[in-house]
Amino acid sequence: MRRLLPLLAVLAFASIPLWLKDPYLLNACVTTGIFIIAAMSLNLLLGYTGQLSLGHVAFFGIGAYVSALTSLGFDIELFGGIRVVHEPWPVWIGFVLAVIIAGICGYLVGKLSFRVRGAYFVIVTISFAEVVRLVALNWVELTQGPLALTSIPPFTLGLPGLGYLDLYGKAANFYLVLAIGVVCYVIISRLTRSRVGRAMVALKENESLAVSVGIDVTRYLILAAVTSAAIAGAAGSLYAHYLRIIDPDVFMFLYTVTMVIMVITGGKGTLAGPIVGGLIFGFIPVVARSFASPESQWILYGALMILIVFVLPQGIVPAIERWFGVVDENEGRAKLEPAK
Amino acid sequence: MTISTPAGLAAPKPRVPALSVEHIAVHFGGLVAISDLNFDVNEGEVLSLIGPNGAGKTTAFNIITGFLKPTKGTVRYRGTSLNGLKPHEITGLGLVRTFQRTSVFQTISVFQNVMTGLHRRGRSSLWDTLLALPQERQSEKELRDTAHEILKLVGVEHRAADIAGSLSYGDQRLLGVALALAANPTMLLLDEPVSGMNASETAAFMRVLTKLRGMGVTILLVEHDMPMVMGISDRIVVMNYGRLIADGPPAAIQGNPEVIQAYLGVGAKKRARD
Ligand SMILES: Nc1ncnc2c1ncn2[C@@H]1O[C@H](COP(=O)(O)OP(=O)(O)O)[C@@H](O)[C@H]1O
Ligand SMILES: [Mg+2]
Repeated sequence: MRRLLPLLAVLAFASIPLWLKDPYLLNACVTTGIFIIAAMSLNLLLGYTGQLSLGHVAFFGIGAYVSALTSLGFDIELFGGIRVVHEPWPVWIGFVLAVIIAGICGYLVGKLSFRVRGAYFVIVTISFAEVVRLVALNWVELTQGPLALTSIPPFTLGLPGLGYLDLYGKAANFYLVLAIGVVCYVIISRLTRSRVGRAMVALKENESLAVSVGIDVTRYLILAAVTSAAIAGAAGSLYAHYLRIIDPDVFMFLYTVTMVIMVITGGKGTLAGPIVGGLIFGFIPVVARSFASPESQWILYGALMILIVFVLPQGIVPAIERWFGVVDENEGRAKLEPAK
Repeated sequence: MTISTPAGLAAPKPRVPALSVEHIAVHFGGLVAISDLNFDVNEGEVLSLIGPNGAGKTTAFNIITGFLKPTKGTVRYRGTSLNGLKPHEITGLGLVRTFQRTSVFQTISVFQNVMTGLHRRGRSSLWDTLLALPQERQSEKELRDTAHEILKLVGVEHRAADIAGSLSYGDQRLLGVALALAANPTMLLLDEPVSGMNASETAAFMRVLTKLRGMGVTILLVEHDMPMVMGISDRIVVMNYGRLIADGPPAAIQGNPEVIQAYLGVGAKKRARD
């Protein structure tokens, strides 16, 4: 059952474009999917190591800009009159660079702030996101600033012998997001259900005790930060090539808040949590649109969040697991195989 | 057995120092927690460090295991200076501690606690994990087997599936020892392991300790339970006001007037006369 559920979920998601033809709703599915990937990445840090990154959108935005600029090319002049010209590269290289550069940023932010953790990490991540947003806004020569980067090429799918297929359509992008999402899920799942994940949970639970059994706490914090940032960068790249236009608003604090809400309501420290939370909060605006004004939509959003957090403080997924008595040994919250 | 036993250290015990605490001093601002501490623990020995509350015993543990840096002095383990090593590196050398306050990973199962403690014994690399290679499965299986053995050894096997925070006080203390054992110690530092335990829990703990000593694990014990200390120690060192005031076998310590004065109190004086 436990093994079957993720497979069934993937099949169910994969069937969506077959029966859902409304472009507005399909668009909502794609963007929700992208945000779910971002929320999954945040969950690795927040749910497993217990570190709250309130600037997580920085990695998302960096991924978006790196990928867009790599595929669009640029021509800028640095200090001292050095001219840097970059010819457009294929989109997939942009995607890879987005992952790598976001990961490097995660490493740097982690190195900077993990000496002193907790509140300090929160502040460093917020500041980092703000700095990156200001760079995107003001380095007009590179980023076009508030004028936005436009005409970003879509992802292409190379078909052997047949040339290339541009992934313009919503359905095509949906499958792309689903595929990347599955890969990210598998990476996070393998990490967290191994001794790496146990080390992360240990340092969240009781750092002195973790250290006393020989866990190199900093190493696992950095590993979590890098992986988390890299996956957020991947989500950002998907976002840029799907919308095909990005401006400094991708660094909005509201996006980080959305990810945090998705993780906490769904259940932090669970694999399914960000997906469940993401589905709920990704589709509220869609559902609410039919009967509520934009202002009251936000009220509904907030009210639902508070309700969930009050009724199910650990989130929806842990509550369901307790209800059905299924618990995952490797997520460390309870039962195990019968003792030998 | 998976608890590693240093080769060739079976009885009779040779007097080879495993741990050397060399003229340690610790100052907290103006407060001198330890003024000058100097003692050895021999391979395979059970050495008790006793002294009244505030004498500096826990501070000494924190220094030895790298949680605090000494103001002066050096600690050596099997010839290696521990100066500048991080606590997890010291654990890697086989020197593992428990905490005076109950310390387990509260919200995860007893079994997962020990699995977490086995961290350094895992043999799979990050790539093995990410790609789910056979090495990963093999290593995890070994760890699970070892976890069961350790739980059996300390006697909390029957609670393996329960959340650690739901265990009785005594079982949590035993789990604390299981966690330390999981880290594969050649020397174990126990900080008041039976304080707060009832008589039967204490007896259970004594049995575990005896097994460990039989396996050749060197033990440094801080404890206030005098019958236990006198019964199990090969040697006792006594601390008061941040320095050592006595060093010797249990019988000598029991009769030492300075120790009786400083620590054991009137009742013990009477016992010592008997
Ligand atoms: N981190 C610290 N900061 C300041 N003073 C401390 C600290 N840790 C211990 N002390 C002081 O050092 C002395 C020795 O404490 P401790 O080592 O805990 O004694 P014991 O374990 O023998 O009861 C006490 O006076 C205690 O208040
Ligand atoms: Mg103490």
